[in-house]
Amino acid sequence: MKKLFSLFGAILFVLASDAAMAEDKPLRIGIEASYPPFAYKTPDGKLAGFDYDIGNALCEEMKVKCRWIEQEFDGLIPALKVRKIDAVISSMSITDERKKSVDFSKKYYYTPGRLVMKAGSEVKDPLVDLKGKKVGVQRATIFDRYATDVFAPAGIQVVRYASQEEVFLDLAVGRIDASLADAVSIQFGFLQTEAGKGFATVGPAFTDRKYFGEGIGVAVRKGDTVLVEKFNAAIDAIRANGKYQEIAKKYFDFDIYGE
Amino acid sequence: MILDFSVIWENLPQFLHGVRVTLQLLLISLAVGFVWSVPLALMRVSGSPWLNLPAWFYTYVIRGTPMLVQLFLIYYGVAQFEAVRASLFWPWLSDATFCACLAFAINTSGYTAEIIAGCLKTTPPGEIEAARAAGMSRLQMYRRILLPSALRRALPQYSNEVVMMLHATSMASLVTLADITGVARTISAQYFLPFEAYLTAGAFYLVLTFLLLQLFKAAERRWLAHLRPQRR
Repeated sequence: MKKLFSLFGAILFVLASDAAMAEDKPLRIGIEASYPPFAYKTPDGKLAGFDYDIGNALCEEMKVKCRWIEQEFDGLIPALKVRKIDAVISSMSITDERKKSVDFSKKYYYTPGRLVMKAGSEVKDPLVDLKGKKVGVQRATIFDRYATDVFAPAGIQVVRYASQEEVFLDLAVGRIDASLADAVSIQFGFLQTEAGKGFATVGPAFTDRKYFGEGIGVAVRKGDTVLVEKFNAAIDAIRANGKYQEIAKKYFDFDIYGE
Repeated sequence: MILDFSVIWENLPQFLHGVRVTLQLLLISLAVGFVWSVPLALMRVSGSPWLNLPAWFYTYVIRGTPMLVQLFLIYYGVAQFEAVRASLFWPWLSDATFCACLAFAINTSGYTAEIIAGCLKTTPPGEIEAARAAGMSRLQMYRRILLPSALRRALPQYSNEVVMMLHATSMASLVTLADITGVARTISAQYFLPFEAYLTAGAFYLVLTFLLLQLFKAAERRWLAHLRPQRR
């Protein structure tokens, strides 16, 4: 019995000290690091990318310590909900669907969706020209949502992957005919690499607000308005003091913020 | 937090389709793996090192590496080579279902071979002596006595392997297949309901496991009746 009590005591002590430390706990930010140039790993295993740099700039601006936590993309919102992380800075689009589960900051960049296929493929109307073809998307992204709602009923086969890198892998070897993905991610993550030779973006740009949202924002737990305000102020601040432009210039030769 | 199973209910057809994919993967890989494992097991009990060593090496490598690594090697790894993509195997190797079945079959054949080899080695000496006394040749002995006896005694262990394989097929969701786990992942991601989705997937696996075990129980009652304790 005595042993049991001391065990309880030890547990209580650990819990109590945990709560005491909560004051200066770092902000835990979730990221999926296989989405170049926004988030990826350098050859020596360090996180890098536009999302990562912007996140660090925001943390610096908010004067908080941040800890990056890697997670598969479809696990980011669940992790946020169960408090394993406090924010998501991982190229997550602001959509009405997601707003039911999480709160978003204002956008920190905006790019349209595009189709990538073998160079020379003619696509005027995707719903007609891609009938019977296989289109790869990353699971739980806006592209998955759009493909599921619009492509699949039109007789296009939707193939879902855990990461965009796996989609590009299978596109390169010809297991799928096309991928619907972010225009910039296609450009940097695929077309500019060795594997992407002979491929090109085809067809129209996808901008349907219902699916493709109003841009990419920082996601936080529903009701965490304090953190949203902090992030909004920080985004405004780095846009104003030139820090944003400095980071953007490192990755893109065009205005990634959108209009 | 309130659980919301209405979404699961609406998507039940998807789950049922997932059950079909899971069963298809399981049955194909078990059938191929079993056919492959019997000769392997015979090689494993052979006295000749030329037969024994290759089989030992095969089962050692297969059992010594994670199935996920084997699956990724076959699905993503092999496809990397231009020669493979140009070969006449590509129509098959480009198919996710084929790759998954191949990986699962290779994996289960390694384990099953060891199970059967173990049972062959523990054949009661009396059975062998009786077969010899009846004047059977080696081939006859294997066909009539050793293999049937070993396969019967392998049943309880093999039922474990089958259940493990059922659970292992969940890895198919990692190579784009919509098996039970694949459907659960999609639904969990679409509606942000991981608990409900995976709980449902778990329930399906539980039911399937129960059915499989019942099947094996019936098989054991039929083919292992001679090993049951006698009732007086």
